[in-house]
Amino acid sequence: MKKYTYTDKKDTRSGFGAGLLEVGRANPHVVALCADLIGSLKMNDFIKEFPERFFQIGIAEANMMGIAAGLTIGGKIPYTGTFANFSTGRVYDQIRQSIAYSDKNVKICASHAGLTLGEDGATHQILEDIGLMKMLPGMTVINPCDFNQTKAATIAIADHHGPVYLRFGRPVVPIFTAPDQKFEIGKAWMVNEGSDVSIFATGHLVWEAIQAGEQLAELGIDAEIINIHTIKPLDEEAILKSIAKTGCVVTAEEHNRLGGLGDSVAQVLAKNNPTPQEYVAVNDSFGESGTPAQLMEKYGLNAASIVAAAQRVIKRRK
Amino acid sequence: MSEDVTKLEEIASQVRRDIVRMVHACQSGHPGGSLGCTDYFVALYFSAMERKAGFDMDGIGEDLFFLSNGHISPVFYSTLARAGYFEASELATFRQIDSRLQGHPTTHEGLPGIRIASGSLGQGLSVAIGAARAKKLNNDNHLVYVLMGDGEQQEGQIWEAAMYAPHNKVDNLIATIDYNGQQIDGSTEDVLSLGNLRAKWEAFGWDVLEMNGNVMSDVLAGLAEAKSRTGNGRPVMILMKTEMGNGVDFMMGSHKWHGVAPNDEQLAAALAQLQETLGDY
Repeated sequence: MKKYTYTDKKDTRSGFGAGLLEVGRANPHVVALCADLIGSLKMNDFIKEFPERFFQIGIAEANMMGIAAGLTIGGKIPYTGTFANFSTGRVYDQIRQSIAYSDKNVKICASHAGLTLGEDGATHQILEDIGLMKMLPGMTVINPCDFNQTKAATIAIADHHGPVYLRFGRPVVPIFTAPDQKFEIGKAWMVNEGSDVSIFATGHLVWEAIQAGEQLAELGIDAEIINIHTIKPLDEEAILKSIAKTGCVVTAEEHNRLGGLGDSVAQVLAKNNPTPQEYVAVNDSFGESGTPAQLMEKYGLNAASIVAAAQRVIKRRK
Repeated sequence: MSEDVTKLEEIASQVRRDIVRMVHACQSGHPGGSLGCTDYFVALYFSAMERKAGFDMDGIGEDLFFLSNGHISPVFYSTLARAGYFEASELATFRQIDSRLQGHPTTHEGLPGIRIASGSLGQGLSVAIGAARAKKLNNDNHLVYVLMGDGEQQEGQIWEAAMYAPHNKVDNLIATIDYNGQQIDGSTEDVLSLGNLRAKWEAFGWDVLEMNGNVMSDVLAGLAEAKSRTGNGRPVMILMKTEMGNGVDFMMGSHKWHGVAPNDEQLAAALAQLQETLGDY
């Protein structure tokens, strides 16, 4: 098992804030919108440097999506910022009609996704957003795993013409990817090559997958770990290549098991190479209040769950 | 002026013919609101708006128009065709399979003149505000127009946008409400009363004026007045009184022709009232 260490921990939303500032400097067409959550989205540095390119919308997310769509007409590249719940479910029809169906170049940037939002509870912990967004034709869906990858993704999406859903979060997590990485949309990242089981993880679950890989190694199991940061378009080639080696899969995500990364992977497998798969995901329920660590433990979204799932799926392999 | 009015009325007559023929041909679509807004569309595209030749999505250096109540697509399509964005013959494909003229307008099929999809109501004003802000960022001294329905005022997003535009001094924007008092299930008064619409928009900080949308000279004067009020720190709202079905006597004065196509006999009766001025497609 390849060794991953870290010297620093940060929240992925800060990666977004850092990336937004950098892409704002590099690309004069980039503008930003926020629905009364500037501090939570870490947009302060961008606003300070580019006040005329920032739009405070107020608590009116539907209007924000419409204004973002309109800003593209005239060549702007709008980045909208609010919590994942208010970025997707609350404004689904606005995104569907005014952005996705209208082919608008809007970057929907969503923080506080999933259970790790913590104490605010289920009203704010959306676990259905990946599914909602990936079902929209033409929408790109990205869920990076740490500060550096989120920063790189924030910069990269400006050069992709078309709507993007960029999902990140609130908790402070280890930084284990390279600081100046080039982010390639739709290209999975090989974290660790192995031969006994494939672990496909996205977002905060990638670090958990690495921890799981180390534990599995101690048990004599050689896990292949792949970071699927782009859920749509999915890197089918990387998935099928890995499966050909291992013959069994664990998918890991901070999302409902319905509609997330696991379902996208299952569809590829069913069509190309039916393979035993175990889901590490929320089991079709809402979340609740608690610390992020407590919630990830209670809902089975940690390294221990991935280890158990890997052991189960290896037994199912023919 | 009077010569211009006559010419615009002639175009409007042809657009009304196009509308009833399009809706009849596919036996679906929305003739009522389309006919009621015909004079507005013609005045806008053939007189009020500064337009460049051809079409590009960004529309820098020209006025822009957004249709929020997308169901009145027949009047939009006919006006765009007659204004030269595409061949009038393509109007025959309205609502047919493989057409660029979808039931509700879309950018998805690449039809020149369309900059946003609409149909699900309440979204166009927000989009127009975004486009108006982009114009300011681009130092583009042109205007953005948007048309909404009155029934559409029941959508919540409109009031988010209503609050935003005055606060942010979006004063390169002229919104219009097609105030015909009708919606699918009946009169707006019966379905969900709009109350004092003028007072509501004024309370939100808009510069509101009213005009008769079915008298060409009034429409021209109203649009000119609205234009003169732009650039003064406030968005402009036109409450446009129209009659659903205007121009075809048996379609007027009722909500019944909101979304119903005429049969062969009704088509003939309608066309007998509308002069063919530019040649039917």
